[in-house]
Amino acid sequence: MLYREAGQFKTNYVADSAIFPLREDRIGLALIILAAYALAFLGSSFLLQAVLIPFLVFSLAAIGLNILTGYTGLLSLGTGAFMGVGAYACYKLMTAFPGVNVIVWIFVSGFFSAAVGALFGLPSLRIKGFYLAVATLAAQFFLQWCFIRIPWLVNYNVSGALDAPLRTLFGTPIMGPNATPQTRYLVVLTIVILLTWLASNLVHGRIGRMWIAIRDMDLAAELMGIRPLQTKLLAFAVSSYYCGVAGALLVFLWYGGAEYDVFNINQSFFILFMVIIGGLGSLIGSFFGAALIFILPIVLGIVLPAMLSPFGLSVGADVIEHLRFMIVGALIIFFLIVEPHGLARLWQIGKQKLLVWPFPY
Amino acid sequence: MRAPDHPVMGKGDVLLAVDNVSLGFGGVKALTDVSFDIRKSEIRAIIGPNGAGKTSMLNCINGFYYPTEGRITFKGVKRPKMRPYEAARGGIARTFQNVALFKSMSTLDNIMAGRSIKMHSNFFWQLFRHGPAMKEEVEHRRFVEEIIDFLEIQHIRKVPVGRLPYGLQKRVELGRALAMEPELLLLDEPMAGMNLEEKEDMSRFILEVNQQYGTTIALIEHDMGVVMDLSDRVVVLEYGRKIADGTPSEVKSDQRVIDAYLGVAH
Repeated sequence: MLYREAGQFKTNYVADSAIFPLREDRIGLALIILAAYALAFLGSSFLLQAVLIPFLVFSLAAIGLNILTGYTGLLSLGTGAFMGVGAYACYKLMTAFPGVNVIVWIFVSGFFSAAVGALFGLPSLRIKGFYLAVATLAAQFFLQWCFIRIPWLVNYNVSGALDAPLRTLFGTPIMGPNATPQTRYLVVLTIVILLTWLASNLVHGRIGRMWIAIRDMDLAAELMGIRPLQTKLLAFAVSSYYCGVAGALLVFLWYGGAEYDVFNINQSFFILFMVIIGGLGSLIGSFFGAALIFILPIVLGIVLPAMLSPFGLSVGADVIEHLRFMIVGALIIFFLIVEPHGLARLWQIGKQKLLVWPFPY
Repeated sequence: MRAPDHPVMGKGDVLLAVDNVSLGFGGVKALTDVSFDIRKSEIRAIIGPNGAGKTSMLNCINGFYYPTEGRITFKGVKRPKMRPYEAARGGIARTFQNVALFKSMSTLDNIMAGRSIKMHSNFFWQLFRHGPAMKEEVEHRRFVEEIIDFLEIQHIRKVPVGRLPYGLQKRVELGRALAMEPELLLLDEPMAGMNLEEKEDMSRFILEVNQQYGTTIALIEHDMGVVMDLSDRVVVLEYGRKIADGTPSEVKSDQRVIDAYLGVAH
């Protein structure tokens, strides 16, 4: 049988607490990573530039928000702004210190948004749920105001926009107008894999348990010695770190330049929907959510005209556009009705069923 | 934050003393001038009719409420105003009247979460799930497995607790409290809603915890048979006041207790 638990005995606690205890899962993951790297060489530049790079960037942002909203249960609408902090910090750092490799600055810029995130997370000790969401709106509006009104952030650039300067890694351009989609994709992919691995380590250990404890029953968690403020602020900081790095990647490795309004409230909602549909409290769900919300409309845009043309229906681009929204919307509702806990739960159920297939249990 | 250093206590020393504690919420008085003590390694029951202030008393002891008057002395030190997590770090664990488990986590993770205050590996190692972080994880897993064996819940180790029946959830909650290796264990109606067999199991666990680990236990319970059999001493509350205190047999024959439970003819 292809996918079986039987016969895989764990003889020590390290093996038993492994993140992927099943051999099949480990092989599957290795194959997916391999395929992702292979796509850099097989995929067209449209696929890399317009589909895969943004998909990875949004997945990373969704992982960030998932740590906060999914694992710790703190609703935030400031994701866009925290992404912006990362992007602006990265811009300042790499223009101020062009000698240091830009990869270093991408990782460092996350710390700035982590600090800002922790600051705006302070109200979370006292308020929860929708009220906290409103408090994080303050971050969204205030930070966006800063992006517009503080010209220092864009080095007094007259256009007020961020632009990606030419930067290289081992002599190959990875950023700026000369960087090919292929190299940028490889950089983004590597960063996303690395950060996802670290996030998965965190959520499976002591810190992850403390976050989930706060989410599931904060009173009991506190009565067990878990300090609510520190735990929540740590979640805010780690979450914002991920969002910040995603923001830097979004501007400099995907768009190649952007203005303040990419980090508006719509971006925050966009990421939040990915997290909810993908599955709260699941890392793989973040990828599923990003795929459904970002990739599906693109696929439909290509597939729909091709599907309609055999019937002699040649519809205009605007109709396709409307159809796309309708279908994506209907699918979102469908998935939420079938499984309110998101695509990740569907995935989990599927795997459970496969384990015992062909028997029902 | 560590518990203040203190002389090692022997069996029978006063572990926790409640002196003239009153607790009010606006005009409502939940507790009025209650004094009693809990001695090391005893099982102390707190009983009383509904609304007598038993749970409020536990909430004062573990720092969830701060008494409006009076003081609480733990291990010989008068307690300052503290947050519940500080009380927990000082060695007070508790279970709840309505099960308060982390529903989405497995039994194992719930009990592991109870070890959080005992785990110290830093963020960096946690990121890599390697070195000290993994070593610590395994060490504490070993301890947690002992608790799982003790409570006979091996078969539900990896089941999310939200799916477990009520009786087992209560048992997991006891396990989570035990994982903190508390000096004082507060049990708020550990046997509410259980059938006879489950009650017998739970009683056995409580007695074994008390005898094997010498854990001091304060327990709220409505089943008088259980209270009289398990506890060394009983304190009786009614309308927020203490009406009796003593061994089960003393309390049982106390006229005010009988009146409180059976009512008085007018």
